[in-house]
Amino acid sequence: MTAIDPTAHLTAAQIEELGRELDAIRDEVMASRGERDAAYIRKVISVQRKLELASRAVLLFSLFPPAWLIGTAGLSVAKILENMEIGHNVLHGQWDWMRDPKIHSTTWEWDHVSPADQWKHSHNELHHTYTNVIGKDNDLGYGIMRVDEDQKWQPMHLGQPLWNFINACFFEYGIAAYDLELGKNLHKRRRNRPEFRARAKAVGRKIRKQVLKDYVIHPLLSGPSFLTTLAATFTANLVRNLWTHSVIMCGHFPEGVQVFERRSIEGETRGQWYLRQMMGSANISGSKLMHIMTGNLSHQIEHHLFPDLPSNRYAEVAVKVRGLFDKYELQYVTGSLPRQVFSAWRKVFRLSLPNKKVKTPEPERELVAA
Amino acid sequence: MTNTALRSRAWKLLELVTTPLLPSDYLDLVNPLRAGADLRGRVEAVHPETGDAATIVIKPGRGWRGHVAGQYVRVGVDVDGVRLWRAYSVTSPRDRADGRITITVKAMPDGKVSNHLVRKIKPGTVIQLDQATGDFVQPADKPAKVLFLTAGSGITPVMGMLRDSSFDDAVLVHSAPKPQDVIFRADLHDLAADEALRLIELHTDTQGMLDIARLDDLVPDWAERETWACGPAGLLDAAEEHWARHGIADRLHTERFRPSVVVAGDGGEVTFSTTGKTVDADGATPLLDVGEEAGVLMPSGCRMGICFGCVTPLKAGAVRDLRTGEITEAEPGVLIQTCVSAAAGPCDIER
Repeated sequence: MTAIDPTAHLTAAQIEELGRELDAIRDEVMASRGERDAAYIRKVISVQRKLELASRAVLLFSLFPPAWLIGTAGLSVAKILENMEIGHNVLHGQWDWMRDPKIHSTTWEWDHVSPADQWKHSHNELHHTYTNVIGKDNDLGYGIMRVDEDQKWQPMHLGQPLWNFINACFFEYGIAAYDLELGKNLHKRRRNRPEFRARAKAVGRKIRKQVLKDYVIHPLLSGPSFLTTLAATFTANLVRNLWTHSVIMCGHFPEGVQVFERRSIEGETRGQWYLRQMMGSANISGSKLMHIMTGNLSHQIEHHLFPDLPSNRYAEVAVKVRGLFDKYELQYVTGSLPRQVFSAWRKVFRLSLPNKKVKTPEPERELVAA
Repeated sequence: MTNTALRSRAWKLLELVTTPLLPSDYLDLVNPLRAGADLRGRVEAVHPETGDAATIVIKPGRGWRGHVAGQYVRVGVDVDGVRLWRAYSVTSPRDRADGRITITVKAMPDGKVSNHLVRKIKPGTVIQLDQATGDFVQPADKPAKVLFLTAGSGITPVMGMLRDSSFDDAVLVHSAPKPQDVIFRADLHDLAADEALRLIELHTDTQGMLDIARLDDLVPDWAERETWACGPAGLLDAAEEHWARHGIADRLHTERFRPSVVVAGDGGEVTFSTTGKTVDADGATPLLDVGEEAGVLMPSGCRMGICFGCVTPLKAGAVRDLRTGEITEAEPGVLIQTCVSAAAGPCDIER
């Protein structure tokens, strides 16, 4: 484990030049957004809604095993599309340019227990601004894990493979707790703050609505299929949790992704910000369908560089971005989903133990390789 | 339980099933024109009128409440994927048998929406609609003698009136550059042939712009006539002055397609507090454009300060009305028309 800055070979001028080249890529896509893109998101939304309706209709007869299988599979896919390719990206403002109030980051609400506005704050403002900065970006282990050697080891990290598995199964609740900053806010002195209570109430409302819909009304409407439909909606939510958790782990946790110290972002320039996003994210390779099912977060690097570009354009952007990685001799971290999931999990296991004693003390490091 | 109470209960139950979406989000997939939906319309046909004008036939949704001849309707059209709103006069009569309405659009140079409607829109496209509005209409008691004074696409609301009902004694003075530029030329000549209308057609390319003083020759009894005028600002300004000079301003009704006066001052930093965006704006750019440019969801309509489709609360700071230069300062309940207001120092717009 060596502490080498993989960007050390770049001069300040090169970094700014890199920033300008990335700006040009962004401007090109921004200027060419149009009818085709609008048709794309409307199509995805329409397919998702029809799939969800059809799947729920099939599940009304879930006592019949093939109906359970088809309905559960369909509902799982619909729920994944709703959160990933649609919800996440609409809430990023990727489609705000269409000026359609029905597909806009300020009006959208998603099938998730974390209310859209709370998620937008913790995700868009905090995570996307302070990506991979230790102590600033809570996405680095979500406050329950250690995902880099530079994060301080504590005894509770011994259990982190288990915490991570539980978080994966109930991921949307994990995110809601995270957006509420539950760990911090449950502290006696903060618990009764009106601002926190209002936000906790909003989460409560969303949980109630989802539970009522998925675990009460839909099963009740299924009559004799009550229990099997209940199992189906629970399974669909579980599948979505496991899937989104896996995809999101692949975004910043695999080996080769860099983290940054708090001090390193002081006075950060546009070019340096871009560079941090490039080094702090990892992609997943795969087919077009695979990209859609990950909400195009398989293009995590491109998404972090340009969070508000329409998701259907990341694939074309990725070719150009990869060209810049080559040009500036930087490592483009990417791999298949199984490989990246394995890599991320291995890190979770490895870092549950304290660092081995091979680390050389380096007081003034700016960047540290994992 | 009454029927409506039962229905609203059923609807509430349905909302529990569709959360976080609304039942209408699903129903829209099936029938965007149904009763209870946001008002929309489907383009059924596009008929060219002149080289740069066309009539769009629209089947309005079930919620359409009808119009009065001379009124305009706001339409929201997706141009290159972006929803843009404009206002156009309704050119069909109220009693059209098939329930369709028409708007007639002249493609303006650089006009995004007008060019799209005239040249690109395909039958079958669903557009957004608003209820018809506007007070450029005939009174309940029909005047005995009427004068219509129009130019260019200013003929459109007047055509709506002429098609809607017959007039005992109507004169139309209409200007266009050339004969082939006259929108509805065949219809107008038919009306004149049937003696339903006295038509005075002026071609400005050969005869020059209409000098308002010539009205004495063209329509000797113009002052006795209740007059409806629509066209470019130059014509309307001249008409207003002329009628006022003769002390009969109350007999003149005008409809403007564009704001008249532009007064600019210093701009400022504009905050859109709901969206959480802050941008610098100059004192000449309407806040509507500033917001749209910044990706803020701004309601909009005629973009010339008449339809009030864009009104938005002003939370803090001050804005200047671009037509009058008047300054409006923030107070609880103050609404501004963003299409004709520019920043006058830092301000906060609730969007």
